[in-house]
Amino acid sequence: MPGPYLDERHEFPRQRINRAPSPVLAVVMPWLLVMLGSLAPLLPLIASAPVVPPLGFLFLMAWQQLRPGLFPVWAGLPLGLFDDLFSGQPLGSAMALWSVAVIGMDYFEARFPWRGFALDWLLAALVIAAYLALSLQVANLAGGATPLFVLAPQLAVAVLIYPLTARIVGAVDRFRLIPVRAV
Amino acid sequence: MVPPANRRPGYSRRAQYGNFLGYIIAFIGLAVGVAVLLISTGNTGAFSGARMAASDATAPVGEVAAKGRTEARGFLAAVGGFFTFGSRMADLDREVRIARVQLAEAEALKHENAQLKAMLKLSTEEPRPVAVSRLIGSTSTSSRRFATLGVGTDNGVRVGMPVRSPMGLVGRVLEVGNSSARVLLITDTESVVPVRRARDGIPAFATGRADGTLQLRLITLGINPLKQGDAFVTSGSGGLYWPGTAIAVVTEVTRDGAIARPLSDPGSTEFVEVQPLWTQPAPAAAQPAATAAPAAEPR
Repeated sequence: MPGPYLDERHEFPRQRINRAPSPVLAVVMPWLLVMLGSLAPLLPLIASAPVVPPLGFLFLMAWQQLRPGLFPVWAGLPLGLFDDLFSGQPLGSAMALWSVAVIGMDYFEARFPWRGFALDWLLAALVIAAYLALSLQVANLAGGATPLFVLAPQLAVAVLIYPLTARIVGAVDRFRLIPVRAV
Repeated sequence: MVPPANRRPGYSRRAQYGNFLGYIIAFIGLAVGVAVLLISTGNTGAFSGARMAASDATAPVGEVAAKGRTEARGFLAAVGGFFTFGSRMADLDREVRIARVQLAEAEALKHENAQLKAMLKLSTEEPRPVAVSRLIGSTSTSSRRFATLGVGTDNGVRVGMPVRSPMGLVGRVLEVGNSSARVLLITDTESVVPVRRARDGIPAFATGRADGTLQLRLITLGINPLKQGDAFVTSGSGGLYWPGTAIAVVTEVTRDGAIARPLSDPGSTEFVEVQPLWTQPAPAAAQPAATAAPAAEPR
Protein backbone atom coordinates (compact mmCIF):
# COMPACT_ATOMS: atom_id res chain seq x y z
CA MET A 1 0.00 0.00 0.00
CA PRO A 2 1.71 3.24 -1.07
CA GLY A 3 1.27 5.98 1.46
CA PRO A 4 2.99 8.75 3.31
CA TYR A 5 4.37 6.31 5.88
CA LEU A 6 6.17 4.13 3.33
CA ASP A 7 9.65 5.46 4.18
CA GLU A 8 9.11 5.30 7.86
CA ARG A 9 7.84 1.77 7.54
CA HIS A 10 11.09 0.83 5.86
CA GLU A 11 13.02 2.45 8.66
CA PHE A 12 10.98 0.81 11.37
CA PRO A 13 9.56 -2.34 9.88
CA ARG A 14 7.56 -3.03 13.01
CA GLN A 15 3.88 -2.72 13.30
CA ARG A 16 2.66 0.86 13.86
CA ILE A 17 -0.81 0.04 14.99
CA ASN A 18 -1.23 -0.67 18.70
CA ARG A 19 2.11 0.93 19.45
CA ALA A 20 2.87 3.87 21.73
CA PRO A 21 6.06 5.79 22.50
CA SER A 22 8.06 4.55 25.45
CA PRO A 23 7.22 6.86 28.36
CA VAL A 24 10.76 6.60 29.72
CA LEU A 25 12.30 7.69 26.43
CA ALA A 26 9.71 10.43 25.93
CA VAL A 27 10.38 11.97 29.34
CA VAL A 28 14.11 11.40 29.71
CA MET A 29 15.42 12.42 26.28
CA PRO A 30 14.79 16.19 26.57
CA TRP A 31 16.55 16.38 29.96
CA LEU A 32 19.38 14.20 28.69
CA LEU A 33 19.98 16.37 25.62
CA VAL A 34 20.18 19.58 27.66
CA MET A 35 22.57 17.94 30.15
CA LEU A 36 24.68 16.65 27.27
CA GLY A 37 24.89 20.22 25.98
CA SER A 38 26.06 21.34 29.44
CA LEU A 39 29.00 18.95 29.13
CA ALA A 40 30.49 21.14 26.37
CA PRO A 41 33.54 21.90 28.60
CA LEU A 42 34.55 18.25 28.08
CA LEU A 43 34.85 18.81 24.32
CA PRO A 44 38.32 18.01 23.02
CA LEU A 45 39.17 21.69 22.80
CA ILE A 46 41.20 23.77 25.22
CA ALA A 47 39.98 27.26 24.48
CA SER A 48 41.95 30.35 25.41
CA ALA A 49 38.91 32.58 24.94
CA PRO A 50 35.16 32.00 25.38
CA VAL A 51 34.26 30.67 21.91
CA VAL A 52 31.97 27.67 22.38
CA PRO A 53 28.27 28.60 22.51
CA PRO A 54 26.41 27.63 25.70
CA LEU A 55 24.99 24.47 24.14
CA GLY A 56 22.95 23.38 27.16
CA PHE A 57 21.15 26.72 27.21
CA LEU A 58 20.55 26.65 23.44
CA PHE A 59 19.04 23.16 23.68
CA LEU A 60 16.84 24.24 26.58
CA MET A 61 15.49 27.21 24.60
CA ALA A 62 14.96 25.10 21.49
CA TRP A 63 12.92 22.57 23.52
CA GLN A 64 10.89 25.40 25.04
CA GLN A 65 10.07 26.76 21.60
CA LEU A 66 9.38 23.42 19.92
CA ARG A 67 7.34 21.90 22.76
CA PRO A 68 6.10 24.61 25.12
CA GLY A 69 5.18 23.06 28.44
CA LEU A 70 7.27 19.92 27.95
CA PHE A 71 9.69 21.05 30.65
CA PRO A 72 8.08 22.08 33.93
CA VAL A 73 8.46 25.78 34.72
CA TRP A 74 10.99 24.96 37.44
CA ALA A 75 13.27 23.00 35.06
CA GLY A 76 15.82 25.86 35.04
CA LEU A 77 16.93 25.10 38.60
CA PRO A 78 18.11 21.44 38.31
CA LEU A 79 19.41 21.85 34.77
CA GLY A 80 21.21 25.05 35.76
CA LEU A 81 22.79 23.31 38.75
CA PHE A 82 24.16 20.61 36.45
CA ASP A 83 25.50 23.24 34.05
CA ASP A 84 27.17 25.19 36.87
CA LEU A 85 29.13 22.13 37.96
CA PHE A 86 31.04 22.13 34.68
CA SER A 87 30.82 25.60 33.15
CA GLY A 88 33.36 27.39 35.36
CA GLN A 89 30.81 30.02 36.35
CA PRO A 90 30.25 30.55 40.08
CA LEU A 91 27.70 28.01 41.31
CA GLY A 92 24.19 29.47 41.16
CA SER A 93 24.80 31.53 38.03
CA ALA A 94 22.99 29.20 35.65
CA MET A 95 20.56 28.14 38.39
CA ALA A 96 19.27 31.71 38.60
CA LEU A 97 19.62 32.74 34.96
CA TRP A 98 18.11 29.56 33.48
CA SER A 99 15.18 29.82 35.93
CA VAL A 100 14.54 33.38 34.74
CA ALA A 101 14.84 32.28 31.10
CA VAL A 102 12.37 29.39 31.45
CA ILE A 103 9.84 31.52 33.32
CA GLY A 104 10.29 34.35 30.82
CA MET A 105 9.87 32.11 27.79
CA ASP A 106 6.78 30.54 29.33
CA TYR A 107 5.31 34.03 29.68
CA PHE A 108 6.30 34.94 26.10
CA GLU A 109 4.69 31.73 24.83
CA ALA A 110 1.40 32.72 26.47
CA ARG A 111 1.51 36.26 25.07
CA PHE A 112 2.62 35.51 21.48
CA PRO A 113 1.27 32.09 20.56
CA TRP A 114 1.40 32.56 16.76
CA ARG A 115 5.02 32.64 15.74
CA GLY A 116 7.22 31.63 12.84
CA PHE A 117 10.76 30.39 13.19
CA ALA A 118 12.15 33.84 12.33
CA LEU A 119 10.50 35.34 15.40
CA ASP A 120 11.64 32.37 17.48
CA TRP A 121 15.19 32.92 16.28
CA LEU A 122 15.05 36.64 16.99
CA LEU A 123 13.76 35.97 20.50
CA ALA A 124 16.44 33.33 21.02
CA ALA A 125 19.14 35.76 19.85
CA LEU A 126 17.97 38.40 22.32
CA VAL A 127 17.79 35.89 25.17
CA ILE A 128 21.25 34.49 24.32
CA ALA A 129 22.76 38.00 24.26
CA ALA A 130 21.20 38.86 27.61
CA TYR A 131 22.24 35.50 29.09
CA LEU A 132 25.89 35.81 27.96
CA ALA A 133 26.16 39.39 29.18
CA LEU A 134 24.64 38.58 32.57
CA SER A 135 26.84 35.46 32.92
CA LEU A 136 29.86 37.66 32.30
CA GLN A 137 28.73 40.15 34.95
CA VAL A 138 28.20 37.32 37.43
CA ALA A 139 31.64 35.84 36.67
CA ASN A 140 33.16 39.29 37.16
CA LEU A 141 31.44 39.61 40.55
CA ALA A 142 33.18 36.40 41.59
CA GLY A 143 36.67 37.63 40.78
CA GLY A 144 37.03 38.10 37.02
CA ALA A 145 37.45 41.41 35.22
CA THR A 146 36.54 40.49 31.68
CA PRO A 147 35.46 43.29 29.33
CA LEU A 148 32.17 42.83 27.47
CA PHE A 149 33.63 42.86 23.94
CA VAL A 150 35.33 39.51 24.55
CA LEU A 151 31.88 37.93 24.14
CA ALA A 152 31.34 39.14 20.55
CA PRO A 153 32.65 36.00 18.75
CA GLN A 154 30.82 33.67 21.13
CA LEU A 155 27.56 35.59 20.69
CA ALA A 156 27.85 35.47 16.89
CA VAL A 157 28.55 31.72 16.93
CA ALA A 158 25.71 31.05 19.37
CA VAL A 159 23.12 33.01 17.34
CA LEU A 160 24.21 31.44 14.05
CA ILE A 161 24.24 27.92 15.46
CA TYR A 162 20.80 28.23 17.05
CA PRO A 163 18.83 26.92 14.01
CA LEU A 164 21.11 23.88 14.01
CA THR A 165 20.37 23.17 17.68
CA ALA A 166 16.66 23.56 16.87
CA ARG A 167 17.05 20.92 14.14
CA ILE A 168 18.86 18.60 16.55
CA VAL A 169 16.10 19.08 19.09
CA GLY A 170 13.54 18.31 16.35
CA ALA A 171 15.37 15.09 15.46
CA VAL A 172 15.59 14.03 19.10
CA ASP A 173 11.91 14.88 19.50
CA ARG A 174 11.01 12.50 16.66
CA PHE A 175 13.30 9.87 18.12
CA ARG A 176 11.77 10.03 21.59
CA LEU A 177 8.25 9.64 20.14
CA ILE A 178 8.99 6.54 18.05
CA PRO A 179 6.22 4.07 18.87
CA VAL A 180 8.14 1.15 20.31
CA ARG A 181 5.93 -0.07 23.12
CA ALA A 182 3.14 -2.55 22.44
CA VAL A 183 -0.05 -1.23 23.98
CA MET B 1 -0.49 25.15 18.36
CA VAL B 2 -2.31 27.95 20.08
CA PRO B 3 -2.81 27.53 23.78
CA PRO B 4 -6.26 28.51 25.04
CA ALA B 5 -6.67 32.05 26.29
CA ASN B 6 -7.72 30.60 29.59
CA ARG B 7 -4.60 28.89 30.85
CA ARG B 8 -6.37 26.50 33.18
CA PRO B 9 -5.49 22.92 32.26
CA GLY B 10 -9.16 21.85 32.55
CA TYR B 11 -11.79 21.32 35.18
CA SER B 12 -9.60 19.03 37.23
CA ARG B 13 -8.75 20.73 40.51
CA ARG B 14 -5.78 18.44 40.80
CA ALA B 15 -4.34 19.58 37.47
CA GLN B 16 -5.00 23.24 38.30
CA TYR B 17 -3.24 23.00 41.66
CA GLY B 18 -0.39 21.07 40.04
CA ASN B 19 0.07 23.83 37.49
CA PHE B 20 0.01 26.51 40.17
CA LEU B 21 2.45 24.56 42.33
CA GLY B 22 4.81 24.36 39.35
CA TYR B 23 4.98 28.16 39.18
CA ILE B 24 5.51 28.44 42.93
CA ILE B 25 8.38 25.95 42.74
CA ALA B 26 9.81 27.84 39.76
CA PHE B 27 9.95 31.12 41.67
CA ILE B 28 11.30 29.43 44.80
CA GLY B 29 13.93 27.84 42.52
CA LEU B 30 14.84 31.27 41.20
CA ALA B 31 15.27 32.55 44.76
CA VAL B 32 17.39 29.51 45.65
CA GLY B 33 19.55 30.12 42.58
CA VAL B 34 20.14 33.75 43.54
CA ALA B 35 20.95 32.75 47.14
CA VAL B 36 23.46 30.12 46.03
CA LEU B 37 24.96 32.65 43.62
CA LEU B 38 25.40 35.22 46.41
CA ILE B 39 27.13 32.62 48.60
CA SER B 40 29.45 31.49 45.83
CA THR B 41 30.39 35.01 44.71
CA GLY B 42 31.14 35.98 48.31
CA ASN B 43 33.32 32.92 48.81
CA THR B 44 34.71 31.51 45.56
CA GLY B 45 35.88 28.33 47.30
CA ALA B 46 32.34 27.46 48.36
CA PHE B 47 30.84 24.38 46.68
CA SER B 48 34.24 23.37 45.33
CA GLY B 49 33.52 19.90 46.74
CA ALA B 50 30.48 19.48 44.49
CA ARG B 51 32.37 20.85 41.49
CA MET B 52 35.32 18.54 41.99
CA ALA B 53 33.08 15.50 42.57
CA ALA B 54 31.41 16.20 39.22
CA SER B 55 34.81 16.76 37.65
CA ASP B 56 36.15 13.46 39.06
CA ALA B 57 33.09 11.63 37.73
CA THR B 58 33.52 12.93 34.18
CA ALA B 59 37.32 12.80 34.11
CA PRO B 60 37.45 9.45 32.23
CA VAL B 61 35.29 10.91 29.45
CA GLY B 62 37.58 13.91 29.28
CA GLU B 63 40.66 11.67 29.05
CA VAL B 64 39.20 9.92 26.02
CA ALA B 65 38.28 13.25 24.45
CA ALA B 66 41.78 14.63 25.10
CA LYS B 67 43.35 11.60 23.40
CA GLY B 68 41.02 12.16 20.47
CA ARG B 69 42.14 15.77 20.31
CA THR B 70 45.80 14.91 19.84
CA GLU B 71 45.05 12.10 17.41
CA ALA B 72 42.80 14.29 15.28
CA ARG B 73 45.47 16.96 15.12
CA GLY B 74 48.09 14.38 14.15
CA PHE B 75 45.82 13.06 11.39
CA LEU B 76 45.18 16.53 9.95
CA ALA B 77 48.88 17.35 10.11
CA ALA B 78 49.69 14.13 8.26
CA VAL B 79 47.18 14.89 5.51
CA GLY B 80 48.46 18.45 5.19
CA GLY B 81 52.03 17.16 5.13
CA PHE B 82 51.51 15.30 1.84
CA PHE B 83 50.87 18.53 -0.01
CA THR B 84 53.93 20.39 1.26
CA PHE B 85 56.31 17.44 1.40
CA GLY B 86 58.82 18.44 -1.29
CA SER B 87 59.39 22.05 -0.29
CA ARG B 88 59.58 21.18 3.39
CA MET B 89 62.12 18.45 2.72
CA ALA B 90 64.38 20.97 1.00
CA ASP B 91 63.93 23.45 3.85
CA LEU B 92 64.72 20.79 6.45
CA ASP B 93 67.88 19.72 4.64
CA ARG B 94 69.14 23.28 4.66
CA GLU B 95 68.21 23.74 8.31
CA VAL B 96 69.96 20.54 9.34
CA ARG B 97 73.22 21.73 7.77
CA ILE B 98 73.01 25.02 9.68
CA ALA B 99 71.90 23.30 12.86
CA ARG B 100 74.95 20.99 12.86
CA VAL B 101 77.21 24.01 13.07
CA GLN B 102 75.09 25.64 15.74
CA LEU B 103 74.99 22.43 17.74
CA ALA B 104 78.76 22.41 18.01
CA GLU B 105 78.69 26.03 19.15
CA ALA B 106 75.95 25.27 21.66
CA GLU B 107 78.03 22.45 23.15
CA ALA B 108 80.80 24.93 23.81
CA LEU B 109 78.35 27.41 25.34
CA LYS B 110 76.84 24.72 27.53
CA HIS B 111 80.26 23.85 28.87
CA GLU B 112 81.04 27.49 29.51
CA ASN B 113 77.66 27.95 31.22
CA ALA B 114 78.30 24.99 33.51
CA GLN B 115 81.65 26.45 34.52
CA LEU B 116 80.18 29.88 35.20
CA LYS B 117 77.34 28.42 37.23
CA ALA B 118 79.77 26.37 39.25
CA MET B 119 81.72 29.56 39.92
CA LEU B 120 78.57 31.34 41.11
CA LYS B 121 77.43 28.26 43.08
CA LEU B 122 73.99 28.44 41.50
CA SER B 123 71.71 25.57 40.96
CA THR B 124 69.35 26.00 38.03
CA GLU B 125 67.85 22.57 38.13
CA GLU B 126 64.29 22.28 36.99
CA PRO B 127 62.11 20.89 39.75
CA ARG B 128 61.00 17.29 39.43
CA PRO B 129 57.38 17.38 38.30
CA VAL B 130 54.81 16.20 40.82
CA ALA B 131 52.68 14.69 38.07
CA VAL B 132 52.37 14.68 34.31
CA SER B 133 48.92 14.69 32.76
CA ARG B 134 46.71 15.76 29.90
CA LEU B 135 44.48 18.82 30.08
CA ILE B 136 41.13 17.08 29.73
CA GLY B 137 38.81 20.03 29.35
CA SER B 138 38.38 23.77 29.61
CA THR B 139 35.54 26.14 30.40
CA SER B 140 35.13 27.07 26.76
CA THR B 141 31.64 28.53 27.24
CA SER B 142 32.38 30.77 30.22
CA SER B 143 34.25 34.06 30.33
CA ARG B 144 36.48 32.57 33.05
CA ARG B 145 39.48 30.58 31.89
CA PHE B 146 39.78 27.30 33.79
CA ALA B 147 41.06 23.97 32.54
CA THR B 148 40.69 20.51 34.03
CA LEU B 149 43.68 18.24 34.66
CA GLY B 150 43.49 14.46 34.74
CA VAL B 151 45.37 14.15 38.06
CA GLY B 152 44.34 15.04 41.61
CA THR B 153 45.23 14.50 45.27
CA ASP B 154 45.79 10.79 44.53
CA ASN B 155 48.84 11.83 42.50
CA GLY B 156 50.08 14.37 45.02
CA VAL B 157 48.66 17.48 43.36
CA ARG B 158 47.91 20.29 45.83
CA VAL B 159 46.28 23.70 45.55
CA GLY B 160 48.58 26.42 44.22
CA MET B 161 51.04 24.22 42.33
CA PRO B 162 52.24 25.73 39.03
CA VAL B 163 51.39 23.90 35.80
CA ARG B 164 53.62 24.16 32.75
CA SER B 165 53.92 22.67 29.30
CA PRO B 166 57.21 22.16 27.45
CA MET B 167 56.57 25.57 25.80
CA GLY B 168 55.96 27.58 28.93
CA LEU B 169 53.73 28.36 31.89
CA VAL B 170 50.10 27.23 31.64
CA GLY B 171 48.63 28.24 35.00
CA ARG B 172 48.26 27.07 38.57
CA VAL B 173 46.10 24.58 40.39
CA LEU B 174 43.00 26.19 41.91
CA GLU B 175 40.90 23.29 43.23
CA VAL B 176 41.78 19.63 43.61
CA GLY B 177 39.62 16.54 43.52
CA ASN B 178 40.70 12.93 43.96
CA SER B 179 41.49 12.27 40.32
CA SER B 180 41.14 15.66 38.67
CA ALA B 181 42.12 19.25 39.34
CA ARG B 182 40.96 22.64 38.17
CA VAL B 183 43.67 24.91 36.76
CA LEU B 184 43.48 28.70 36.62
CA LEU B 185 45.01 29.48 33.20
CA ILE B 186 47.34 32.47 32.89
CA THR B 187 44.89 34.02 30.40
CA ASP B 188 42.17 34.34 33.08
CA THR B 189 41.57 37.88 34.29
CA GLU B 190 42.11 36.82 37.91
CA SER B 191 45.56 35.36 37.24
CA VAL B 192 48.53 37.59 38.09
CA VAL B 193 52.05 36.28 37.42
CA PRO B 194 55.19 38.21 38.40
CA VAL B 195 57.43 38.21 35.32
CA ARG B 196 60.61 39.84 34.06
CA ARG B 197 62.06 40.49 30.65
CA ALA B 198 64.31 37.54 29.76
CA ARG B 199 67.05 39.81 28.40
CA ASP B 200 67.59 42.28 31.23
CA GLY B 201 65.16 41.48 34.02
CA ILE B 202 62.76 44.45 33.84
CA PRO B 203 60.04 43.39 36.29
CA ALA B 204 56.34 43.38 35.38
CA PHE B 205 53.04 41.67 36.14
CA ALA B 206 51.26 39.54 33.57
CA THR B 207 47.47 39.46 33.93
CA GLY B 208 45.11 37.63 31.61
CA ARG B 209 42.71 39.45 29.29
CA ALA B 210 40.34 36.47 28.81
CA ASP B 211 40.72 36.62 25.02
CA GLY B 212 43.87 34.52 24.85
CA THR B 213 46.40 37.32 25.40
CA LEU B 214 48.15 38.76 28.43
CA GLN B 215 48.46 42.33 29.67
CA LEU B 216 51.97 43.16 30.89
CA ARG B 217 52.12 45.96 33.48
CA LEU B 218 55.51 47.38 34.34
CA ILE B 219 56.28 47.83 38.00
CA THR B 220 58.58 50.80 37.50
CA LEU B 221 56.69 53.65 35.88
CA GLY B 222 58.32 55.96 33.41
CA ILE B 223 59.42 55.55 29.82
CA ASN B 224 58.11 52.29 28.43
CA PRO B 225 61.19 50.32 27.36
CA LEU B 226 59.29 47.36 25.91
CA LYS B 227 59.53 46.43 22.25
CA GLN B 228 57.66 44.06 20.06
CA GLY B 229 59.16 40.58 20.29
CA ASP B 230 60.50 40.90 23.84
CA ALA B 231 60.33 37.55 25.62
CA PHE B 232 59.20 37.38 29.22
CA VAL B 233 59.85 34.68 31.82
CA THR B 234 58.49 34.21 35.33
CA SER B 235 60.55 36.00 37.96
CA GLY B 236 59.62 33.78 40.89
CA SER B 237 59.24 36.76 43.19
CA GLY B 238 56.71 36.14 45.90
CA GLY B 239 57.03 32.39 45.52
CA LEU B 240 54.52 30.03 43.86
CA TYR B 241 55.81 30.08 40.27
CA TRP B 242 59.32 28.77 39.58
CA PRO B 243 61.62 31.46 38.19
CA GLY B 244 62.72 31.26 34.60
CA THR B 245 59.67 29.59 33.08
CA ALA B 246 58.96 31.08 29.68
CA ILE B 247 55.57 32.78 29.58
CA ALA B 248 54.91 35.24 26.74
CA VAL B 249 56.21 37.39 23.89
CA VAL B 250 55.22 41.05 23.43
CA THR B 251 53.00 41.59 20.40
CA GLU B 252 51.82 45.16 20.93
CA VAL B 253 53.23 47.95 23.07
CA THR B 254 50.72 50.03 25.03
CA ARG B 255 51.15 53.22 27.03
CA ASP B 256 51.90 51.60 30.39
CA GLY B 257 53.08 48.18 29.33
CA ALA B 258 52.33 45.77 26.55
CA ILE B 259 50.01 43.10 25.29
CA ALA B 260 51.71 39.73 24.98
CA ARG B 261 50.91 36.39 23.41
CA PRO B 262 51.40 33.38 25.72
CA LEU B 263 54.03 30.94 24.47
CA SER B 264 52.25 27.83 25.69
CA ASP B 265 49.04 27.20 23.80
CA PRO B 266 47.25 24.81 26.16
CA GLY B 267 45.20 23.55 23.21
CA SER B 268 48.17 22.28 21.24
CA THR B 269 50.20 20.65 24.01
CA GLU B 270 49.57 17.01 24.72
CA PHE B 271 51.00 16.76 28.22
CA VAL B 272 51.52 19.31 30.95
CA GLU B 273 53.49 18.86 34.16
CA VAL B 274 52.50 19.93 37.64
CA GLN B 275 55.44 21.41 39.50
CA PRO B 276 55.91 21.59 43.25
CA LEU B 277 55.41 24.99 44.88
CA TRP B 278 58.36 27.33 44.60
CA THR B 279 59.44 28.85 47.86
CA GLN B 280 61.67 31.81 47.49
CA PRO B 281 65.03 31.55 49.25
CA ALA B 282 66.02 34.29 51.69
CA PRO B 283 66.65 37.55 49.78
CA ALA B 284 70.33 37.64 50.66
CA ALA B 285 70.97 34.15 49.34
CA ALA B 286 70.25 34.73 45.69
CA GLN B 287 69.22 37.36 43.23
CA PRO B 288 66.23 35.90 41.43
CA ALA B 289 67.20 37.65 38.21
CA ALA B 290 70.65 36.11 38.21
CA THR B 291 69.39 32.69 39.24
CA ALA B 292 66.99 32.38 36.40
CA ALA B 293 68.96 33.92 33.57
CA PRO B 294 70.52 30.72 32.14
CA ALA B 295 67.18 28.92 32.20
CA ALA B 296 65.43 31.77 30.40
CA GLU B 297 65.36 30.13 27.00
CA PRO B 298 62.32 27.93 26.48
CA ARG B 299 63.33 24.30 26.50
